[in-house]
Amino acid sequence: MKTKQRLSLIGTGVFTILGLLYIAPILIVLMNSFKKKVFINREPFALPTEKTWIGTENYITAIDKYGLLSAVGWTVFITVGSVFVILICTSMCAWYITRVKSKFTQALYLLCVFSMVVPFQMVMFTLSLVADRTGLNTPWGIIIIYLGFGAGLAVFMFCGFVKSIPLEIEEAAMIDGCTPLRTFFNVVLPIMKPTYISVGILETMWIWNDFLLPYLVLNLNKYKTISIAIQYMKGSYGRVDMGAIMAALILAVIPVIIFYLSCQKHIIKGVAAGAVKG
Amino acid sequence: MQKRLAKNSYMPIFVLPTLCAFILGFIVPFIMGIWLSFCEFTTVTDAKFVGLSNYAEALKDTMFRHSFWYTALFAVVSLVVINNVFAFALAMALTQKMKGTNIFRTVFFMPNLIGGIVLGYIWQLILNGVLEQYGTALGLNEWYGFWGLIILVSWQQIGYMMIIYIAGLQSIPGDVLEAAQIDGASGIQRLFRVTIPMMMPSITICMFLSITNGFKLFDQNLSLTAGEPSKLSEMMALNIFNTFYGRTGWEGVGQAKAVIFFIIVVGIGMIQLRATRSKEVQQ
Repeated sequence: MKTKQRLSLIGTGVFTILGLLYIAPILIVLMNSFKKKVFINREPFALPTEKTWIGTENYITAIDKYGLLSAVGWTVFITVGSVFVILICTSMCAWYITRVKSKFTQALYLLCVFSMVVPFQMVMFTLSLVADRTGLNTPWGIIIIYLGFGAGLAVFMFCGFVKSIPLEIEEAAMIDGCTPLRTFFNVVLPIMKPTYISVGILETMWIWNDFLLPYLVLNLNKYKTISIAIQYMKGSYGRVDMGAIMAALILAVIPVIIFYLSCQKHIIKGVAAGAVKG
Repeated sequence: MQKRLAKNSYMPIFVLPTLCAFILGFIVPFIMGIWLSFCEFTTVTDAKFVGLSNYAEALKDTMFRHSFWYTALFAVVSLVVINNVFAFALAMALTQKMKGTNIFRTVFFMPNLIGGIVLGYIWQLILNGVLEQYGTALGLNEWYGFWGLIILVSWQQIGYMMIIYIAGLQSIPGDVLEAAQIDGASGIQRLFRVTIPMMMPSITICMFLSITNGFKLFDQNLSLTAGEPSKLSEMMALNIFNTFYGRTGWEGVGQAKAVIFFIIVVGIGMIQLRATRSKEVQQ
């Protein structure tokens, strides 16, 4: 018994060290975000000293000069808007195509499954053309693009769950005089809550971190997301401001960590569910 | 129920919003994409049918072929060495009786949520900082970029694979392992004869996730090395992107490359479907 306890203690120790090493990259970036920019490339692993310390100036540059706050704002807007629209529209669609069996709904289901395996590179050029032509190159329009491109996975996951709901519950609601709309919103939607959380988390992670789709679709003179803003800082001509990039990376990571810590259980569950199905 | 839904024509309310967006965001671009891969064009209005010449051009492109092998090698290495071995070991360790396993799982999973562009710049700083001590840099050698990407992707994905493996491990019934132990199976025998065969579904999932993720990798590639030195560390997705937006007049070739890429990814998916069906252990 005693050796077992000791083993477990050693294990905890080893994994504490491993865990610290694992988050070290983020800590190093955090540390560098407080250094003067010339010292970042020269000595990235050195702790800030009095000579290299710059305080929050990098953050101010990132926000003032590179418009990072508005990028964060647009990213939040696009993510929240798209996820909300995706959840409502695709769950309604999934319920209908599972409950009404016809050639049309079957075909739609198969198309959705098919769209899950198509890599984005296949449609990226034409999709950006379509978005330009139809005027969907705004943060409002991109929500529709995300609904269309993200529909596959969401419909697939919702359909899988709807199949497991016993039909009797819905029939009872109908007999009691519910219209299909009320049945959906008052009966089906509450039952599907776990699936909403899983799908919502998967789509949030995808859209928040997405770079290429908004980069190709959005009108970049007016709107940028966080990933695009960071890529622009690096890619723009002239000297690269490493300090501002460090600050921007930290500003991009903070919301993710807050989101993760506040609903970590759901995230891990949702990700596992998505992986098994996808 | 079905009749009432169908008869009252609720179809527009339930299906139409998703359907319209799906047509606009997927079906139209997909069909146009297939069609344009047979055309020469710079904007769609001047598209001219040229048959298979785009495909011939794409296959002749040595950089495209190079990017294919580079990507395939990347996918295999990330699959075998890191994602499966390390993630499996981590999952085994973190399902033992030990204090703090939940915190460790939380920590190892966290990088998975950070976006590819951000990840790329985090690791660029660190890897360049290390390489600088030896007087070199990431962008100077394609293999530095390769291993840099491997490190980055494992940092990002080990936690994810670990979660899938943990779910698999926890679904193994305890009495099977106990029975093996009573029959005198050693720890290693139990691992290879009982645990791993029972884990086959999770293992197949992780294998194919790492292969497809490896093939589709774009953001990390763009931000870490952007193809340096002189496009040698360019993976397939980045090569396609650069063909579209880097050279005018090559849009048709880019689209043909995208179709080839699509066929490869679908091919992997088909193999996966087969493998998942045949490898599963009957319980």
